[in-house]
Amino acid sequence: MSGNFEVIGSRAARKDAPNKSTGKAQYIEDIKFPGELAGALLQSPHAHAKILNIDTSKAQALPGVVAVITARDVPAVKYGVSPARYDENLFAVDRVRYVGDEIAAVAAEDLTTAQKAVELIEVEYEPLPVLLSVDQATAEGAPWIHEEFPDNICAQVEQEFGDVEAAFADCDLVQEGSFFSKRQDGAFIEPNQCVALMGHDGVLTLHSSTQVPHYVQRTVAMVTGLNMSQVRVVKPYVGGGFGPKASATPIDLSASFLAMKTGRPVRMAYTREQVFLFSRARHGFIHKMKIGAKKDGTLMALDHQATLEGGAYSSFGIATVYYAGSLLGGPYKLPNMRYHGLRVFTNKPACGAQRGHGGVIARALFEQQLDIIAEKLGMDPIELRLKNMMETGDVTCNDLAMSSLGMRECIEAVKNGSGWDEKKGKLPPGKGIGMACGFFVSGAGYPIYRSETYHCTIMIKADEDGGGVTVYTASAEIGQGSDTAMAMIAAEAVGIPYEQVRIKSGDTDFGIDLGAYSSRTTLMTGHATKEAGDNLKAMILEVLAQELGIGQERLDIKNGLVKISGAPVDFTAIRTGYIKEHRGWQDQPQGDELTFREAARLAYLRRGTLVATGKYKPPVLGGKYKGAAVGTSPAYGCSAQVAEVSVDFETGQIKVERITDAHDCGQAVNLTSVEAQMQGSVSMGLGEALFEEVKFDAQGRILNASLGEYHIPTVMDMPETKCIVVESGEPNGPFGAKEVGEGAIMPTIPAILNAVRNATGLVLEETPLTPERVYLALKRHKGA
Amino acid sequence: MSKQAITLTVNGVQRQALVEPNQTLTSLLRDELGLTGTKHGCGVGDCGCCTVILDGETVNSCLVLAMQAQGREITTIEGLAKGTELHPLQQAFVEAGAIQCGFCTPGMILSAKALLDHTPQPTRAEITKGLSGNLCRCTGYEKIVEAVQDAAGKMSEA
Repeated sequence: MSGNFEVIGSRAARKDAPNKSTGKAQYIEDIKFPGELAGALLQSPHAHAKILNIDTSKAQALPGVVAVITARDVPAVKYGVSPARYDENLFAVDRVRYVGDEIAAVAAEDLTTAQKAVELIEVEYEPLPVLLSVDQATAEGAPWIHEEFPDNICAQVEQEFGDVEAAFADCDLVQEGSFFSKRQDGAFIEPNQCVALMGHDGVLTLHSSTQVPHYVQRTVAMVTGLNMSQVRVVKPYVGGGFGPKASATPIDLSASFLAMKTGRPVRMAYTREQVFLFSRARHGFIHKMKIGAKKDGTLMALDHQATLEGGAYSSFGIATVYYAGSLLGGPYKLPNMRYHGLRVFTNKPACGAQRGHGGVIARALFEQQLDIIAEKLGMDPIELRLKNMMETGDVTCNDLAMSSLGMRECIEAVKNGSGWDEKKGKLPPGKGIGMACGFFVSGAGYPIYRSETYHCTIMIKADEDGGGVTVYTASAEIGQGSDTAMAMIAAEAVGIPYEQVRIKSGDTDFGIDLGAYSSRTTLMTGHATKEAGDNLKAMILEVLAQELGIGQERLDIKNGLVKISGAPVDFTAIRTGYIKEHRGWQDQPQGDELTFREAARLAYLRRGTLVATGKYKPPVLGGKYKGAAVGTSPAYGCSAQVAEVSVDFETGQIKVERITDAHDCGQAVNLTSVEAQMQGSVSMGLGEALFEEVKFDAQGRILNASLGEYHIPTVMDMPETKCIVVESGEPNGPFGAKEVGEGAIMPTIPAILNAVRNATGLVLEETPLTPERVYLALKRHKGA
Repeated sequence: MSKQAITLTVNGVQRQALVEPNQTLTSLLRDELGLTGTKHGCGVGDCGCCTVILDGETVNSCLVLAMQAQGREITTIEGLAKGTELHPLQQAFVEAGAIQCGFCTPGMILSAKALLDHTPQPTRAEITKGLSGNLCRCTGYEKIVEAVQDAAGKMSEA
């Protein structure tokens, strides 16, 4: 779809890019406040231990130390992500549950003193058995990591849609497989950091590198006991998030308490090692699947079990375990699906949400199994997918409605774009080609806490001089380009050039916005922005219509010019008034059309400052079954990828040589940004497929908590990537737009797995596909 | 050991500073000279976002002691634009969409600048080698490589 747009769909340069290119853009560490104190955390060296005693006297006595706080000094309020699983205390009360669990925080005149004070805090521990795997945590007689969660079960899901057993009985082929993945780290380049300031007006201002200012505001208010209007969260530029920055951190809360206690600004920052310790990134997943098909390739049933190794706290984990099941409902017609999901507590850092939340490894195994089914039935993998794929208007067995779905266009685009027919089955030994598909939500249908709240609100103010507009939004620009997208949507809605829109974002004083997660901002905040823009335009045109004495329906604004339909209208009085008001200025309006500037100035003169608002929350969505809230969304993006790889049989080394990637984003708001999200997704998926694994020793300590030892893709690891943007036109999206940020990662891992299988014949059941793992598998395969 | 006075040239201007013996060049630039465009990402030379150009060669400024900068010439990201006019590399990064979160950008652009200073018309392989010490988690690097190619083309025409 290519609508008749002036701004939407263009390749406008990002609003933030020039300042980011010169070093002028400010991140938390670049913003200093007078009188700052430095904060530091005491974190547990034990993965599991009772705390018998904490003595802070030596730390308190150290010159330069201003405050030391432990669980005794803060309210005993439990928090977390989902209210159904508030299982975290800011500081350990009587037990630590992972290496890195927070015990105390110190504020001092400088960081060195704060760190020294942390070392002087004496804690008496009584070690407890350490549970590092699902097997250990669920073993008979294993101690419970949380007393309120028997047998270390964080969450359990049982769902069945249709009649799976009956369907299997009718199938010609039943395929079974399993998969095991490792914990991934978010590896955003800017470590989390914050500064808290307590004013004499009773307002706590927290500057934080977060994806979710609203949720941080809410958590800080709840834990400190301040009310929401006494807590302001400000997000400056943020150096990436990808999910792990989507909740309040212990440093957000510690700095807040220390600022309240000392009355001085308190800065706290994670080191890179602490980023790994805090984690909240991708879970380790164990999946088992049984898939039934007819001999013509029709998919009939899926029986799916997922077990998530979750770490010490719930974080986003309930949502993760639901997503791991629900995101297999599409993009293929699958009439019968059963899901058994389990999330288990262990004595490791808590896992949470990361790009493609919960769905990535389930997708990897499912798509791998589809390739095996295709082979057993003598079908091309693409033919099997085309046969089963959903189309616009289809609803999955778990009630996800595909209000637009360019799945066919994506599949055909990667088939043609990769030269599939010329390559599949015709490549030399060691070379392989594989494909996979996927889909993802365009924003979670419900907030994290149960509420009828709007998911976002927007204010757009016309500049009083008429020169443009300013958008005020609490949404979170974290690098994905939301400021630019909202400015483009506002420009399109108001009818002015993109350059005339300024945007102020990431501040809870600007309203409500649930934040940058679940690929929600373009669709949801975009809706609210469009509504506010439409309203502002109507306000201006109402004044203009009165002034001109014509019906408002005859007026419109496009590209900064007032469009008047019907008979010519004399606007000389307005122009003359404007020119007289700006005597001596060099940029007087001219030409035979009235400008936005003149109209907006007139509207201000008649009505005062013009502020229009917009808001959005999704309509009631999805099914009534337990867990239906996870996976429902106003719209779904979908994608297909073809990967081409080479495998070195001597070393097990895999090289991804080429990715052909198609994604249906409904309507690109900014074409360059859509491609950029697709390319970034490929890189994160490639890292997870080939290298990324957070490793632990037997005591639960991370072995590779640095970007030197934890390998994320460098520029040299990246294949040539061809991006094809598909635009199906989403009826529930602003100007037809829906997600790209997370759906685009879905096919990457399975496309690589299928290409490796094509090259080697190996069905690999474990990521990352390190040379060692691949070499050993090749050796076993050869011997077999 | 107490603080020592050093003199160095930063972005063409001679500067003096009192530095601690264990202070890094990153800290000198950011905390003493107010050049916060140099980012502090890992502190151990893994991520490359603190990259600056020291006597014509890129270094991770977190791995250089401030005292080692005595008498030497440093280019930081603040030294590229002329007034409000962006350097061709900066312009190319903006236009190609090579910037997302922007935290790696200053280091990435400086690595690209050092590369083009030595190799004005680099091949794709030379570009990827030249940028291999700078991690980016957002972009997948494709548009960064394109930006460097675009800038190299434009700079050779100029």
